[in-house]
Amino acid sequence: MSWKLTFLQQIVDADIFVKSTEMSPHIELYQIDDTHWQQLAQIANANQLRWAAGFAVQSGEQFHVHACFERKGTYLLFRTTINGSKPQLPSQATVYAAANRSERHTHDLFGIEFLQHPDSRGWTRHQAWRRHEYPLRHDFPVTGAPAEITPPDTSYHFVEAHGIGVYEIPVGPVHAGIIEPGHFRFQAVGELILNLEERLGYVHKGIEKIAEGRTPEGLAKLAGRVSGDTTVAHTWAACMAMEQAAGIHIPRRATLIRGIFAERERIANHLGDIGAICNDVAFTFAFMQMMRLKELWCRTNYELFGHRFLMDKIVAGGVNVDINDVAGKFILIEINELRVELAQLIPAMDLSSSLEDRIYTAGYLSPQTAELFGTLGFIGRASGQDFDVRRDAPYAPYENVKVKVPIETQGDIASRFWVRYKEINASLKLIEQFIAQLELLPEGDLLASWVIPDNGRFGLGIVEGWRGEIMTYVEFGRNNAVSRFYPRDPSQFNWEPLEKAVLNNIVPDFPVCNKSFNCSYSGSDL
Amino acid sequence: MLDIFKKIVTTGIVTETYKAAYDEELATLGIEIKRRIDKQFSGSLAIRQVDAGSCNGCELEIHALNNPFYDVERFGIHFVASPRHADILLVTGVVSRHMQTALLRTYDATPDPKWVIAMGDCASCGGEFGTSYASCGAVSNVIPVDMTINGCPPTPLVLLKSLLTLMEK
Repeated sequence: MSWKLTFLQQIVDADIFVKSTEMSPHIELYQIDDTHWQQLAQIANANQLRWAAGFAVQSGEQFHVHACFERKGTYLLFRTTINGSKPQLPSQATVYAAANRSERHTHDLFGIEFLQHPDSRGWTRHQAWRRHEYPLRHDFPVTGAPAEITPPDTSYHFVEAHGIGVYEIPVGPVHAGIIEPGHFRFQAVGELILNLEERLGYVHKGIEKIAEGRTPEGLAKLAGRVSGDTTVAHTWAACMAMEQAAGIHIPRRATLIRGIFAERERIANHLGDIGAICNDVAFTFAFMQMMRLKELWCRTNYELFGHRFLMDKIVAGGVNVDINDVAGKFILIEINELRVELAQLIPAMDLSSSLEDRIYTAGYLSPQTAELFGTLGFIGRASGQDFDVRRDAPYAPYENVKVKVPIETQGDIASRFWVRYKEINASLKLIEQFIAQLELLPEGDLLASWVIPDNGRFGLGIVEGWRGEIMTYVEFGRNNAVSRFYPRDPSQFNWEPLEKAVLNNIVPDFPVCNKSFNCSYSGSDL
Repeated sequence: MLDIFKKIVTTGIVTETYKAAYDEELATLGIEIKRRIDKQFSGSLAIRQVDAGSCNGCELEIHALNNPFYDVERFGIHFVASPRHADILLVTGVVSRHMQTALLRTYDATPDPKWVIAMGDCASCGGEFGTSYASCGAVSNVIPVDMTINGCPPTPLVLLKSLLTLMEK
């Protein structure tokens, strides 16, 4: 804890007034003055705190702007309040690269100006609403005033490169494969990538706005669709935040089932993506085998719980489906079968020299760059970022099991491949432990009774999804209605490292580099 | 290399060896689809998938169509890289306003005759997202839709069945 005392002492020494309250065992809230916003970031950066999220909340004529920092599993949520008539705040993106797109998002949706921000271009807004309108302000109607046909955004200034033999490749938003839409702008010489710039925001669906006024049930459903491949973890984070706001504790059995669902989701995605990486280097054998394993895994989800991706199974207050003894035993048998399959497959893949040739050293993300952008999840862990919410800020049911966190420092596609394989094994062990604990508890105790949160109560849900740490803020207004929902997907911090990882790779290797990151478009566009 | 051959041989052909009711239905359905495609599309049906504002859930199930259990290509159905090669646009998600022009251009780039399938609850009727400042809602609000497939997301089996229904039209 000494780093925290040192950090807070430095803040006090800098004459920054701080008022603190504890939100949960891992999270504390600090209110500070707006003039010190950037200075706070400087002190936090000097104390090696990670910038973990930034978002705003409108309260009457004022805006509360938040920045969350983390170190060693302790989260410090800072809040400052600014006047709504001309909302301005010194930018933290000058200190933290991770804050860059987040602040631009907040600007586009709230009209809060971040002074000295290194990038004056918009981010989330294309042309669906006018330049000086801000959808997340209370006076902006959810329907907006859109044109019959929203024109494409042609005003975005991409970085340009000039020189003999330099050329540009624009890709997207509609891609050649079955993937989400986004635009990539490459500058290349021959086959070599000189620069890559991402332009996202195409799947901005107004999630934060349409969440307003929802009931806890409605919000859980929406959260489950922030990013469809992460439906379990996003629903969990939102429900955790809502339960914190309501001040309720969910039954132990429900936490164990949530844990099993989250680990099943992690395994399903890791299996699929390991296969997809192989597909992108034309190693069809491994692709088909991994897709087969993933299909079997999803079918079990369907047979036992009624949904292949476990959508809408987590609800505010608990879960709505039990895992009885028979289902538990079935899951344990399936785990052993998967282990046998992987024991045959993975060594065969490891011995493939063509796979080795394509994934070793390609798509290199250095530990320094990973740290700079606050890279999360398996991408961070493949580049030496030793962090996992389940181990470092454990929430039920992870607080009394051993969570093994595989780390590599090589930072290439192969590292991400192997970290994901090791995480499958770690997850299988976790599921076994959770099922063993389930057997000791009475069946059917799945839901805590809901307590309507007072007006203004809020919570911050933090869980480790398969892509990494998800941080979700939920605030309630009157009558059990949600007044603010902000889900921060790990992709928000993992997209920019991809821009760096592809440098000096060849253009044809971009798909496999991209797949090895597999960031969410929907989760970051909101 | 020997490991790979061994695994291929021991795995066998999952597409045919699974005898559960689930898969029997799939096999019959597949034969029917193949017959229709042979008749109406000279044995080949080219689909261009467009994510117009999906959460990526539907995309996962479209991917599953290509796994060895469903192996959709054996019926002559394949996913193509350009709308210019497509008979069908398979659109997922609500149409986000930021994707509206892109979807219209994709539609225009697809040669006639063409069909549009709106896949999933969002594409069919707006789903969880509906119509808002950021979303045009259902696909039919933007381009003509020939068929909708409900589900969040629709399972691969439902997808296959729906393709068959479209061809019966």
